Amino acid sequence: MTWVWEHLGDIGGYAASHALLAGIPLVVGLALALPLGWLARRLPRVAPLIVGGSGLLYTIPSLALFILMPLVLGSKILDAINVYVAMTIYTVALLVRSVVDALGSVPESTALAATAMGYRRLGRALAVELPLAVPVLASGLRVAAVSNVSIVSVASLIGYPQLGYYLTDGYQRSFPLEIGVGIVGCVLLALVFDLAIRGAEWALTPWARAGSSGGSGRAPKEVAAT
Amino acid sequence: MIRFEGVTKRYAGAPGHAPSVAVDDLTLEAPTGQITVLVGPSGCGKTTTLRMVNRMITPTSGSIWLDGRDTAALDEAELRRGIGYVIQHAGLFPHRTVLDNVATVPRLLGWDTAKARRRAAEMLELVGLEAAYGGRYPSQLSGGQQQRVGVARALAADPPVMLMDEPFSAVDPVVREQLQDEFLRLQRELGKTILFVTHDIDEAIKLGDQVAVLRVGGRLAQLDTPARLLADPVDDFVADFVGRDRGYRALGFRGAPPLALRDEPTVRLGAGVGAARAATTDRWLLVLDDAGAPVGWVEPDRLTGPIGPEHLHRGGTVARVDASYRAVLDAALSAPSGRGVLVDESGRFAGTVTANRVVAAMSRPAGASQVDPAGGEDGAGTGADGIRETAGGDPAGTAT
Ligand SMILES: Nc1ncnc2c1ncn2[C@@H]1O[C@H](COP(=O)(O)OP(=O)(O)O)[C@@H](O)[C@H]1O
Ligand SMILES: [Mg+2]
Repeated sequence: MTWVWEHLGDIGGYAASHALLAGIPLVVGLALALPLGWLARRLPRVAPLIVGGSGLLYTIPSLALFILMPLVLGSKILDAINVYVAMTIYTVALLVRSVVDALGSVPESTALAATAMGYRRLGRALAVELPLAVPVLASGLRVAAVSNVSIVSVASLIGYPQLGYYLTDGYQRSFPLEIGVGIVGCVLLALVFDLAIRGAEWALTPWARAGSSGGSGRAPKEVAAT
Repeated sequence: MIRFEGVTKRYAGAPGHAPSVAVDDLTLEAPTGQITVLVGPSGCGKTTTLRMVNRMITPTSGSIWLDGRDTAALDEAELRRGIGYVIQHAGLFPHRTVLDNVATVPRLLGWDTAKARRRAAEMLELVGLEAAYGGRYPSQLSGGQQQRVGVARALAADPPVMLMDEPFSAVDPVVREQLQDEFLRLQRELGKTILFVTHDIDEAIKLGDQVAVLRVGGRLAQLDTPARLLADPVDDFVADFVGRDRGYRALGFRGAPPLALRDEPTVRLGAGVGAARAATTDRWLLVLDDAGAPVGWVEPDRLTGPIGPEHLHRGGTVARVDASYRAVLDAALSAPSGRGVLVDESGRFAGTVTANRVVAAMSRPAGASQVDPAGGEDGAGTGADGIRETAGGDPAGTAT
């Protein structure tokens, strides 16, 4: 246990770096997946290409992608950009499908009503479809967050420091405590992401908690119009 | 005014099938300030017709004109902001409060939030919802309340034209009737140009200034006033669709002329047995409340104490003196005494009339004197006040 206390500063630093490597691609990936998913729904012809194509990206082994990045980007082998870009690709791969499903969860009658009120396409997407898509989107995002936290740990194999370092290092040194720190750190980090996304969802969907009282109970009286 | 000129909508059929025609060469005018109802069986193209007006659906051929402007030439979104649209289940935005739902179109038109919300609050009041509902979400309202919000939302920017697609179909019959009555009251106040879709012929007849009956395949079968539709269906399809009891229902659109009213003996609620028996020799005696409104019939012979609410026979309906033949006849037929109770505009008792008298008035040829000669079969004088002739008439009769 003293090992943990002695290395607390390092552990904190690695955890912060791990959080950034997983979190920033999550945000950027969401920003990319939203328009892609929206396009896929708007253009049924190319939808299989967008959804299938992005899904295929997720099947690339992470280590291969990390190693491939410097070749594609022309970056240095230990540059953090490699990890950021690779993680963004994975996020997009997971989220495009979620965005399509989330937009599909918006009742068609609601979307039609928005059009009938005079919303243009983009206005409708931002003001009506996106807010209503939040619950489905949030569950997709939580899966992506956990996935990101675990994939990032692989980056230690190419020497980029984060919590995964304790897994590889502890394994090489046959030091279970260090491996344990790596595992617990990753689990806690994933939990933090999960809670943060749940919190954001909660804040964005007061309407989903309103429940259906059906106008009974404490509802004010319906008054006859005069 | 909404004008359809030779409008056809064809949908490409499933592979190997012929294209299907949803609306076939429709030419129709929905006059300014009136309710035009499109009615017909499911799948006859009503929704398609409606949605072509605000260009949610593009006609295959033909054109639609709104107050002299070809809708095809207008910007879609701007066109829609100028047309109120109400659908079944209201189609409210679940993520917005009731107030913000209603403020939708004013906001789209660029009003600032405060002004749009003030307007929305006025609209809620107009459709009979308490201000407290403004802060709720649609899921917290009953179906009938949601439908009111849907109407309020459509009216918020005061559009001259309203499209309504089965707006009252999804609520229970009691609420539906209430919504229909309030809708008619609102329309009398607002005078919108309304295209209203329903599959319910009774609703069409109740609400329409004119009714367009469509048959499957999207062809216009008949366009007429409700009274004409009942009196003279053009073919078997329309006759079948309009349904039974056409003759009786048509009476709802004929205002009864001033009828000679019987001078009916009456007694006040709470009067004693003696007073009741002294008032009449007939089996039945009409009871009024302190304001002079009829509350029911009693049998003086069976009274054992002062007349209380529990003694009242309440089966009879009450009609206004200016109501339709249908309402007046119903009052006569439903009264245990056989004498229908008529009231003036303020609900005070005006006199009674027998079914014979109503039928006699009804069967007089048009153009004959509308004034009943004194000394008819029941030998009564005319009710002195509150009797006047009105066209149209109000089919509503209220039970006492
Ligand atoms: N998008 C569509 N594609 C193919 N056929 C359609 C489409 N929309 C409606 N139809 C057909 O057009 C006809 C009229 O539909 P609709 O206007 O919805 O009828 P209604 O509202 O009177 O029930 C129906 O036969 C329906 O199946
Ligand atoms: Mg329909």
